[in-house]
Amino acid sequence: MSVAVLIVLMTLAIGLRAPSFLRFGNLVGVVGDTSVLAIVSLAQLGVILIGGIDLSVASTMALAGMIVALTNQHNPQIPAWAYLPMSLGIGAALGAVNGVLVAWGRLPPIVASLGTMSIYRGAVFLISKGQWVTAHEMSAGFRRIPEGKLLGLPYMLWIAIAVAIFYFILMRYTRSGRDVYAFGGNASAARYAGVNERKVEMLVFVVSGALAALAGLIYVSRYGIAQSETATGYELNTVAAAVLGGVNIAGGSGTVLGVLLGSLFIGVVNNALPVLRMSPFLEMLIQGIIILTAVVANTVADMRAKKSLSSGRRL
Amino acid sequence: MSTEGTGFVDTSRLTKMSAGRRVADFLLRWETMLFVIFILVCVANSILSPYFRDPKNLLETTFNFMEKAIMAMPMMFVILLGDIDISVSGIISLSSLFMGMASLGGVDTPTLVLIGVGVGLVCGLFNGLLITQLDIPSIAVTIGSSSLFRGIANAVLGDKAYTKFPDSFAYFGQGYIGSSPLPFEVVAFAATAIIAGVILNLTAYGRHTYAIGNNKVAARFSGVPVKRVRLLAFAANGLAAGIAAVLLTSRIGSMRPNIASGWDLDVITTVVLGGVAITGGKGNIVGVLISIFLLGFLKFGMGVLNISGKVMNIITGILLIVAILLPKFTDNVRMSIRAGAAKASAKARKTA
Repeated sequence: MSVAVLIVLMTLAIGLRAPSFLRFGNLVGVVGDTSVLAIVSLAQLGVILIGGIDLSVASTMALAGMIVALTNQHNPQIPAWAYLPMSLGIGAALGAVNGVLVAWGRLPPIVASLGTMSIYRGAVFLISKGQWVTAHEMSAGFRRIPEGKLLGLPYMLWIAIAVAIFYFILMRYTRSGRDVYAFGGNASAARYAGVNERKVEMLVFVVSGALAALAGLIYVSRYGIAQSETATGYELNTVAAAVLGGVNIAGGSGTVLGVLLGSLFIGVVNNALPVLRMSPFLEMLIQGIIILTAVVANTVADMRAKKSLSSGRRL
Repeated sequence: MSTEGTGFVDTSRLTKMSAGRRVADFLLRWETMLFVIFILVCVANSILSPYFRDPKNLLETTFNFMEKAIMAMPMMFVILLGDIDISVSGIISLSSLFMGMASLGGVDTPTLVLIGVGVGLVCGLFNGLLITQLDIPSIAVTIGSSSLFRGIANAVLGDKAYTKFPDSFAYFGQGYIGSSPLPFEVVAFAATAIIAGVILNLTAYGRHTYAIGNNKVAARFSGVPVKRVRLLAFAANGLAAGIAAVLLTSRIGSMRPNIASGWDLDVITTVVLGGVAITGGKGNIVGVLISIFLLGFLKFGMGVLNISGKVMNIITGILLIVAILLPKFTDNVRMSIRAGAAKASAKARKTA
């Protein structure tokens, strides 16, 4: 994994300029910071694997985040852990809407999620009447969801680890997960092999929605604010993380580990800027350069691999 | 994208005899439906606001969506090719940045326009070359270049803005043709639409666009210069974004890095709502033109009703999904009716 090497090199290089960056506490902070991006990027992975893209993940984060924040504001007695299954449930329902539109409505994923992206974003505004829910309106337990510590690591990191393990097992060891790869690799071959197309499409969208909503919960409680602009544009960050992690944007190939590393890469870059006393306004530019470089590098590597394959055959 | 397909393949096989007519039928009904919604919106608007009934004022309402309308024209070609470009708002940002910088340096208006349009064209070529020469999916390239273009504007300007532009520069986004009530933006859009319509329907380039969108490999084997056609489409998309940048910067008279943010998806929504299949190869300019004015006037009407932009999003989203689902649904109904009739007649023959 060349991304892993890059991350280590980059981290060390940043450490040379700013030694405090390499302190264990700071590194844990950086990794923890990446939790939200990692979870949403994993949400995106399944949809990209079947050759689609889910543009509604950021709106799902915002809508689920707003629903849990409003619930918490009006019912502070509800125990904080209950928000985890609650957000997953909300997200699964929101994702199922995409799933039905794609599986039964035969809409291309990008169109279905383009529509729901606007609808969900508007719904945040409707249910909140344009108001914000801010930190002091959230219960202490709710605020602790991302920041509380277990064995020295923040809860949100544990949640991300749990999600990653779940996703890894789902994709690697279950029939449904293998079906996703089969379908993304060659849809018609998979169909002839008996893969249930609708089941695959429903699965990836329901999982995508559920995980995006979980990330929305963490996002909202972490930053202590739920509003209609929450996580605007985040959908593109998830695609960037996936592309950086070597996921084929045309579908069929990509790994959980790759996506995690892609997210971590972006996380390290974003965390390094303030440490290196660079303007936060550089963040987007650097991200753009990195994405383009990664995309070009992946393509060139692919072309080389193909060339050496074909020349090998000639020998 | 690759999940699209089976539904179409199966249905077309079932009704092989009238495939051509069915496609024509489908397109016709799509536009008819859009047009009916469009008329409804116009009627509702005229009831809501006397302002809307006056043609002169009607022209004023177009100011808010002419830039996107211009961008929708080349975007139509890009989507027809089976590609996508989500960097156009980033291009606007970069193009506007350069105009702002040049203007601070005391550059005159014609040169400013040239800079704005030129930067757009260069950005479009940059996308197109990466996509066609390295054969990278357009969505991956334009996600990256979008961050790159707007990122440069962010890095240069931060939270500041350029607000100093020559007085004569205001003409493009605020001026009228002579003493007529015709805004310059409307004329610019009309010219773009005519050029796009002619290229799409009357030239080899237009036919190549459909051929590539339907089957890229087959098109290449038939001698279609696939790379050149795609490169030109992305270049045109950049060019149009540059023109939109000139109009928008001139209209609002200032430049911030977040200028036009989110417009990519607005423009794509317009094109898709206009009946252009996101998978490429299918759609026409009439649908897109109706879609442009439908969305523009719908927003106007909701503005009159004081409905927040956020809530408008819900309606746009629902419209997009329903407009695409409905023809598919009515197709299914019609088919099952036809299948039922065939079964009944077969039964009748058997008993006879």
